[in-house]
Amino acid sequence: MAAKTAEGIPLGSSGRHAVQPLPDRPRFGQPVSEAELAAWNIDIRTPDGRGLPAGRGSVAEGRQIYAAKCVACHGAEAKGGSVYGAMVGGIGSFKGSPRVLTPGSMYPYAPILFDYIRRSMPMDRPQTLSADEVYALSAYLLNLNGLVPAGAVMDADSLPKVQMPNRDGFIIDDRPDAKAVRCMTNCK
Amino acid sequence: MSNRPEHDSAARSRRVFLRKTAALAGGALAAGGAARAAPLPVPQTNREPGRTIEETAYGMPSKYEAHVRRRRTDVLKNRQNLSDWSMTPLQNQPGIITPNGLIFERHHAGTPDIDPQTHRLAVHGMVKQPLQFTMDDLVRYPSVSRFHFHECSGNGLTDWLKPASRTVQQTHGLLSGVLWTGVPASTLMEEAGIDPRGKWVLFEGADGSAHARSVPMEKVLDDTLIVYAMNGEALRPENGYPVRAVIPGWEGNVSVKWLRRIKVGDQPWYLRSETARYTDPMPDGKWRKFSMVMECKSVITSPSGGQTLKRPGFHEVTGLAWSGAGKIRAVDVSFDGGRNWREAMLEEPIMDKCLTRFKIGWNWNGAPAVLMSRAVDSTGYVQPTVQDLQKTRAIVGFVQHHNAIQPWAVNANGEVRNVIGQA
Repeated sequence: MAAKTAEGIPLGSSGRHAVQPLPDRPRFGQPVSEAELAAWNIDIRTPDGRGLPAGRGSVAEGRQIYAAKCVACHGAEAKGGSVYGAMVGGIGSFKGSPRVLTPGSMYPYAPILFDYIRRSMPMDRPQTLSADEVYALSAYLLNLNGLVPAGAVMDADSLPKVQMPNRDGFIIDDRPDAKAVRCMTNCK
Repeated sequence: MSNRPEHDSAARSRRVFLRKTAALAGGALAAGGAARAAPLPVPQTNREPGRTIEETAYGMPSKYEAHVRRRRTDVLKNRQNLSDWSMTPLQNQPGIITPNGLIFERHHAGTPDIDPQTHRLAVHGMVKQPLQFTMDDLVRYPSVSRFHFHECSGNGLTDWLKPASRTVQQTHGLLSGVLWTGVPASTLMEEAGIDPRGKWVLFEGADGSAHARSVPMEKVLDDTLIVYAMNGEALRPENGYPVRAVIPGWEGNVSVKWLRRIKVGDQPWYLRSETARYTDPMPDGKWRKFSMVMECKSVITSPSGGQTLKRPGFHEVTGLAWSGAGKIRAVDVSFDGGRNWREAMLEEPIMDKCLTRFKIGWNWNGAPAVLMSRAVDSTGYVQPTVQDLQKTRAIVGFVQHHNAIQPWAVNANGEVRNVIGQA
């Protein structure tokens, strides 16, 4: 195994398995079509939005859905509620401490909102929202973070085009970064 | 030295009892010289039959070990316990294997109870032929068993600059040692036929968060396992029953539990769990992404925070060391806060990306001391101090990937406490 991926991500040491050799390679998997897997195939490749479904939702619609399904845990206008902290603000906070992590300040790509809301929210009934509802909630949260106007409508075309402030906020893993020395006597 | 936690009142009263008993025994010795005043009584258990063998049973620990339990953190209390964690009592663990009921938990939406008869694992995306597997299918393949450590990237995140946690369970308990059994991921991937452009693999769970991570193909084909058993029995529900990924040496959350889907793509997905979470703050305001390898680390588990050395004299100092970059080569222990170090004994077996047990004898003279351990792995990497890590990272808030040296202070009463950032 190479020590790093093509992107430069450290892989650690190789640990290949010794597997019992068989004269006939067993094939126990059963063929399945992508159509049969459609309901499972929920991932969005977030930098370009590949996988975003048909549908659309506005900021105004998102406000209503939020009031019905989200506000109990996340609080009014996503400022933090009974269970979770704020989902607004924090943009510009990363040079200091504490850093305020919200979808607005942290997500490099807007389709992360769609992917995460659809797969995980609401916590008591995940994967029950329609595509239109998820687009609307994405639009509302982006609007609360000042990233789209109040009249915005999100869909497979518009959501990937929203420019997120932390888009270029990531570096590839450059560890090992510490260079400690194995001193044995009179070290300090 | 006792391995029992000293924070619960039962343990404290037991200790007081032991001290009184020791005082009585000492008095008897003084009166009777070398001989005991009275012979040891025959225990009642010698005079009666024990419990009968049950027709069928799943054995449980002794009732006297009921204090050895997983527990949530005392420091970072979530207001819900679905996306939360519980921690392994490392202070009670001898050896390098964690019993299944004590392996730490980290879930993003609680523990599902999945019927293995209806569970399906799909392999699709950039493959020649998408496939689905039943559990019956998966267990038919030639299996592999591997010992590996498993550690959450957030292990230690409450204790960087000053002590917040009292015990090693709280500072380091998002760590377990497991014998995993399953099928190499490469077996399933190659059966589906990987498109040469396929460079990344999405693993996704069947839990209420549908937790998912992108993993480079190189790692998937190298040593990633699709696992259905741990420590000689089926996975526990909280550890991914009936099937999970195990990605050796990498941060725990990429080893997706309750695995239902493996998808091949040509680039990473950049999900919430690999951008807004599980990334590390840098001093310039940026974030380190895909920081997967759990770097070389060690901790003394005995004596550790919350324990008490009962008397001066000989004590075995022991702990665990591990590295996601290979094997443990050496562990050094300091008894004077890091000024001087002695090399500890490593106990066999010493395995790749696995917990390694170290031990060193110590004659405690009764004076205050600060104990710490420092591991070196097979790449030559030396476990750093927090100060070493602060040269390149921003330690702001609850930061991941804390592999720094852990100091424990022993005072003149023998009480041990966490002194991270103070030693």
